[in-house]
Amino acid sequence: MAYVAIADRDHEIEHHDPQTFITKYVWSQDHKVIAIQYGGTAILVGLIALGLSAMMRLQLGFPDTFSFITPENYYQFITMHGMIMVIYLLTALFLGGFGNYLIPLMVGSRDMVFPYMNMLSYWVYLLSVLILIASFFVPGGATGAGWTLYPPQAIMPGTPGVDWGIVLMLVSLAVFIVAFTMGGLNYVTTVLQARCRGMTLMRMPLSVWGIFIATILGLLAFPALLVSAIMMLLDKGVHTSFFMPAISSMGANPGYTGGSPILFQHLFWFFGHPEVYIVALPAFGIVSDLLSTHARKNIFGYRMMVWAIIAIGGLSFIVWAHHMYVSGMNPYFGFFFATTTLIIAVPTAIKVYNWVLTLWEGNIHLRVPMLFAIGFIFTFIHGGLTGLFLGNVTIDLPLSDTYFVVAHFHMVMGVSPILVVFGAIYHWWPKITGKMYNETLGRWHFWMTFLGTYAIYLPMHYLGFAGVPRRYFAMGNTDFLPDSAQDLNAAITISALFVAATQILFFINVIWSLRKGPKADSNPWHATSLEWQTPDTPPKHGNWGHHLPECHRWAYDYSVPGYADDYIPQNVPASVAPAGRDHGGAH
Amino acid sequence: MSEAVLEPVGAAGVVNDFARDKQVFGVPWGKAMMWIFLLSDTFIFSCFLVGYMSVRIATTDPWPNPSEVFALSFGGDPIPLILIAIMTFILITSSGTMALAVNMGYRRNRKATFWLMVATAALGATFVGMQAFEWTKLIVDEGVRPWYNPMGAAQFGSSFFMITGFHGMHVSAGVIYLLVIANRVRNGFYEKRGGKYEIVEIAGLYWHFVDLVWVFIFALFYLW
Repeated sequence: MAYVAIADRDHEIEHHDPQTFITKYVWSQDHKVIAIQYGGTAILVGLIALGLSAMMRLQLGFPDTFSFITPENYYQFITMHGMIMVIYLLTALFLGGFGNYLIPLMVGSRDMVFPYMNMLSYWVYLLSVLILIASFFVPGGATGAGWTLYPPQAIMPGTPGVDWGIVLMLVSLAVFIVAFTMGGLNYVTTVLQARCRGMTLMRMPLSVWGIFIATILGLLAFPALLVSAIMMLLDKGVHTSFFMPAISSMGANPGYTGGSPILFQHLFWFFGHPEVYIVALPAFGIVSDLLSTHARKNIFGYRMMVWAIIAIGGLSFIVWAHHMYVSGMNPYFGFFFATTTLIIAVPTAIKVYNWVLTLWEGNIHLRVPMLFAIGFIFTFIHGGLTGLFLGNVTIDLPLSDTYFVVAHFHMVMGVSPILVVFGAIYHWWPKITGKMYNETLGRWHFWMTFLGTYAIYLPMHYLGFAGVPRRYFAMGNTDFLPDSAQDLNAAITISALFVAATQILFFINVIWSLRKGPKADSNPWHATSLEWQTPDTPPKHGNWGHHLPECHRWAYDYSVPGYADDYIPQNVPASVAPAGRDHGGAH
Repeated sequence: MSEAVLEPVGAAGVVNDFARDKQVFGVPWGKAMMWIFLLSDTFIFSCFLVGYMSVRIATTDPWPNPSEVFALSFGGDPIPLILIAIMTFILITSSGTMALAVNMGYRRNRKATFWLMVATAALGATFVGMQAFEWTKLIVDEGVRPWYNPMGAAQFGSSFFMITGFHGMHVSAGVIYLLVIANRVRNGFYEKRGGKYEIVEIAGLYWHFVDLVWVFIFALFYLW
């Protein structure tokens, strides 16, 4: 397999060097600029979703207080909050943002393999975001169908936004999938085909592994969402009956006949469950690198970490119906899906043990990225353990559609990935901007966010046990709920508003750092992976100057005995420094 | 790099071989990317077909017999599926001309490559044209609509228009793609870029894929 890569031809780089401000920063084909565009857009749209959750919490904590939150608005807020957070924030930020920034730098390539398509990916993503936001301003407003958009209610009268909101939502999703596919093909091909000399797959940092496998999951899972979006658009637009059974609505017969609402659920969750890991796997990978770097120790069990990522990715395609235990299903299917679901706990537990063992006897530096990484271990274990409850059919049945579920998935795929996002931003901030952030502000940001999220989500588990149903606008005088449930709800709301407000610390830090932050060293954390070894900080177009790096070791040569420094970068030859425990080369 | 002597054997050896080099697959970037895209596209069509089979099983109304619906008569008795048979034949033939074009491309026979690609595109366009005829017959003569079917289950029309429509869009896009590449082959675009004609093969991959998908649609929609 000795193919000469195009990236080896050093002189070709000069040809598409951007010249003007527009080609440099707006219509840019540079993966780093595209990454920042993706990340900035995702964070902005995420702030909208954060605002929506604050409105929901206001209603839940203090019902009958805010006249501007109607039941219709509430359902619209729920729907848009969920969809934005899962797809337009987390998926776009991890893959479009970090994937774009880190993959070429970490595998030692000059750019993605097809930069023009990569640029298109961002602009099409922006289009999908604009379509989504536009749905707030059309007659009837955004859809209120819940983020799962289950038919028949999603397209039946009585659901908010049934005229235009649902159509714009489905179109926006389809456009997003086109954007993701253009980017995703680039990420996968770059990892497979455009690594620098010596960068074997088994020498890649785990960040790249996580993003790589997550992208493959995306390329195979988003088709199901695309197809269900197209079929629902047809049901809504031209009155086909794919998902719509014969049904009467408000005394009228809308004329549907013989469709299968369960089919939508299968298609949606065939996408929806891998989607959980599209968000989680990049977080797994990134957190591994943060822990290893800031503990000055090699990641424990690198090979097992890689195989665990691959195993989780594979398993994620055969567990989808555990979201549908209460939808009605053959008991044998429930048994099958419960079994596969619980099997995922094995590779996941391997990862958690390995993270903890990486910290064991490490030289731990409790800098801000490390705080977020360790915080992630806590929230992820808590969210993962409740997943064991919900994966079992018999335990899921009473807990389904209660706040226990809300608490579970917010811990495991809301808070946990977001903690990693913050940790990763702090970690790579010096490389991306060339400036240092304020350590003290960062620590305040971490502790208030971390403790605050526990104040929000721990009580929700109790609400779930008490039987408080999710997605309800108000409880009214429900007999089986004690009055204290409302007190707990009020407390949760106060915590949620507090956590939302503390995020301002992050933005203050960003602005402070950009304006007054001290200049960053090219490798402030003394990290080994290639992105820290660029000739310029921030890296210039083409990343590596005249010569591509050569990789001589794995990404985790920290504290190698017998070497003066406690880290050996990946591009240091074996003749200069001892080979640590390299699993990647021929041996 | 310091290379040790011992090579792992068995499964570990396979992993090492794939993981070792800069490139996992010894193919150009564009070709690798096209394969990955086609894998993703396979999932799209699989979802469409599984969805169609699911609604076909779920519906309680009778499902029309495709070999009767898609029969044509030329003066005598109606011949079942004759139009579909011709369409399938045309599409499979286009795969043949495409394969020849790839061969001619690697031989750097630009003229032959150009004409073979044009022939492929023409066959593809013929296929789409016959599909338009089939749709017209179904809509105008039989009165089938996406939301209504006088012969039984409404899902028959819904699935038919959705799946063949999506496939027809793929064929139409392929025709445009082939013509663009063919024109570039003709005007010497690739001569200026090192005279490599892998792009013909990459376009061919897409084209063969679209043909293959048709075979599955033929088997699962028309023959079932």
